[in-house]
Amino acid sequence: MSSLFAQEVPLSWYLLLSAALFSLGVVGFLIKRNLITIFMSIELMLNGVNLSFVTFAQQWHAVKGQIFVFFVMMVAAAEAAVGLAIIIAVFRARATLAVDRIDLMKL
Amino acid sequence: MNDFQMTMLLHHGYIMYARLWLIPLVPFVGFLVNGLFGRHLPKWLVTTVALLAPLASFCAVLCDSNSLLYPCVETFGQWINISALHIDFSFVLDQLSLVMLLVVTGVGFLIHVYSVGYMGDDKGYARYFSYLNLFLFFMTVLVLAGNALVMFIGWEGVGLASYLLIGFWFQKKSAADAGKKAFIVNRIGDFGFLIGMFLLVANFGTLTFTEIATKLGQDPGWNGGVVTVIALCLMLGAAGKSAQLPLYIWLPDAMEGPTPVSALIHAATMVTAGVYMVARTHVLFDHSPFALSVVAIIGAATAIFAATIALVQNDIKRVLAYSTISQLGYMFLGCGVAAYSAAIFHLMTHAFFKALLFMAAGSVIHAIGGEQDLRKMGGLRKKLPVTFWTMTAAVLAIAGLFPFAGFFSKDAILYAAFLQGTNGKILWFVGVLTALLTSFYMFRLWYLTFLGESRSPEIHPHESPWSMRGPLIILALLSIGGGWIGMERFGSFLAPSVGARVVEGGAVPYLPFTISWEFFLSVIAVLVALEGWLIADKLYRRKPARPAQYAAALPGGYKLLANKYYVDELYGAVVVKPLLGFSKFVLEWVVDFVILGGAAWLLGGIATFTGAILQRWQSGNLRSYAAWLAAGAAALLLFLLVPWATVLANLSAIHLGMAGH
Repeated sequence: MSSLFAQEVPLSWYLLLSAALFSLGVVGFLIKRNLITIFMSIELMLNGVNLSFVTFAQQWHAVKGQIFVFFVMMVAAAEAAVGLAIIIAVFRARATLAVDRIDLMKL
Repeated sequence: MNDFQMTMLLHHGYIMYARLWLIPLVPFVGFLVNGLFGRHLPKWLVTTVALLAPLASFCAVLCDSNSLLYPCVETFGQWINISALHIDFSFVLDQLSLVMLLVVTGVGFLIHVYSVGYMGDDKGYARYFSYLNLFLFFMTVLVLAGNALVMFIGWEGVGLASYLLIGFWFQKKSAADAGKKAFIVNRIGDFGFLIGMFLLVANFGTLTFTEIATKLGQDPGWNGGVVTVIALCLMLGAAGKSAQLPLYIWLPDAMEGPTPVSALIHAATMVTAGVYMVARTHVLFDHSPFALSVVAIIGAATAIFAATIALVQNDIKRVLAYSTISQLGYMFLGCGVAAYSAAIFHLMTHAFFKALLFMAAGSVIHAIGGEQDLRKMGGLRKKLPVTFWTMTAAVLAIAGLFPFAGFFSKDAILYAAFLQGTNGKILWFVGVLTALLTSFYMFRLWYLTFLGESRSPEIHPHESPWSMRGPLIILALLSIGGGWIGMERFGSFLAPSVGARVVEGGAVPYLPFTISWEFFLSVIAVLVALEGWLIADKLYRRKPARPAQYAAALPGGYKLLANKYYVDELYGAVVVKPLLGFSKFVLEWVVDFVILGGAAWLLGGIATFTGAILQRWQSGNLRSYAAWLAAGAAALLLFLLVPWATVLANLSAIHLGMAGH
């Protein structure tokens, strides 16, 4: 038993999980129409990346990866604050959150 | 040389205390002050700055002339340093540049003083003086230059100053055109100078005058050939700057500038730069008899050509302009017979009397309210006594009458020409004939301006202010006494700089002194000058109807001269018109409009077209952007992660294997 627990989870499992999370985020970003959902997909991608960061930090016994994760979290928090504000503003102006209809930047 | 100087010489390679850089620097500061702030400064301050600059330069030259061993070389660092080619910023003060500097700064100062009176009412007062100071800066650089490239800075710079001053009243179209003409014609000469410099670098590997002289001296094989080509190129430059055939056409038009400018730049100093350059590079000419004869022939031809035109001109400044060209021809004649010191001697005396002539003419023009036509003057002797007497001195000097300055220098040149074999006799004869013409047209100008009855009684002339009269008087004294230095003393002073001529068979000492011949030739020259005076006296005092009768009797000849041999028209038809046509039709229509315009239009069209297609990409749809982004990232990953080299190798192996079977 003890040997089973002592055995480490292989690196690739973590990375696969991380890639899966990231890909879910990408797919969600691409297929969802609601701005809020898209926003959440972004968070998912960021956290997928975070997972690979801490994985490598553990693997190489380097603290840098973890520090990077803090940075990413911080940026994500800032982004959430600004992004949600923008979403509210957009909703007030257009009364919709469907991204296909928010296309005023088109030439 | 004391210990201190010796130490400086050992440590720095030059004597520091000469401060040659002061000479050009002071006028440059004057230029900056008046040019930048002149409009906001009170007039007295502008005047003070403008006058102090040449005065300080002049004093610096005087100090240096007392305390130096010649030649004094000062180097201010390297300029160009490529493999074997070393060109320094270097100034040289020797006997030649000293004489030239004294003339430039001395006469320059007097003309500055004169300008205070002449230009007193002009709106561009500060601008005018800043240009004058700029001219002095460049001219002193030109004169002090220790190598051809530094000389070229000054050379181009005086061209610029000349352009600015000819077109000083740029609102007048004729003045602006004259400035352009001077600049463009000078370009042709500068082109020759440049080619000459390139050839010098290619063949001698240096532009320093002393090194060229050394190299030429070391190898007796340098004769003719490439030296002739270099000398002729330099002569082309000199002909442009010094208004010799065939590039003299800009000088008469340069009279559009203010009269003191004509006196300073287009008579006394700048136009002599060509003569100075030939004297400075005389070793090259000495090694090329052909180039020397070209110089002599061009000089003599210009002298008589310009003199004939001057006979019939009616604009007082134009007569003087053509006489300047003619006198410059004399100087080149002197250079061409290797009598460089005689040429420089004439340059000096000419600077005195020609500056005086122009300034006196300016005084006349000033007095009668801007009128320049000789036919409307007359009887000004009583009204303008100072101008009259000073101008008389100048006329006597330029005519070459005995105790006046022009006699000595002209005589020296003619005598040197006479000594040059058969061809020299011809040159001498041309020179004497020119002297006759010179004397005639100068006395014609004198009679028409000052004697007889006034032809414009409605004008009430007034004598000029003292700032104008003072320089006139000083220059008159110099015109009377300037030649008394004598050719012997002047020649031996300049000998270390311009040397004795080296011809086949060894050195010829400077002007072998055979008093009988020289005396005889002088008597002929004076008689000829008197003859010119007598003719002028007859035609313009005793029988004033005669000139018109003669002109009517020879309408063709008169028109030819009055229209200056139609040279301007000829150049216009042969050079300017075709060039304009070429510019208009080939350069403007074909090159500019079709090729360049077409290319620009094509490029613009491509950009517009591509943009029109690519703008569809900018759908404004967030998800399409994101999809492109994801696709791009996927492509990048594919590119980086797939081991393409192996894949391709396998593919080709399969392909080859298939082909094999």
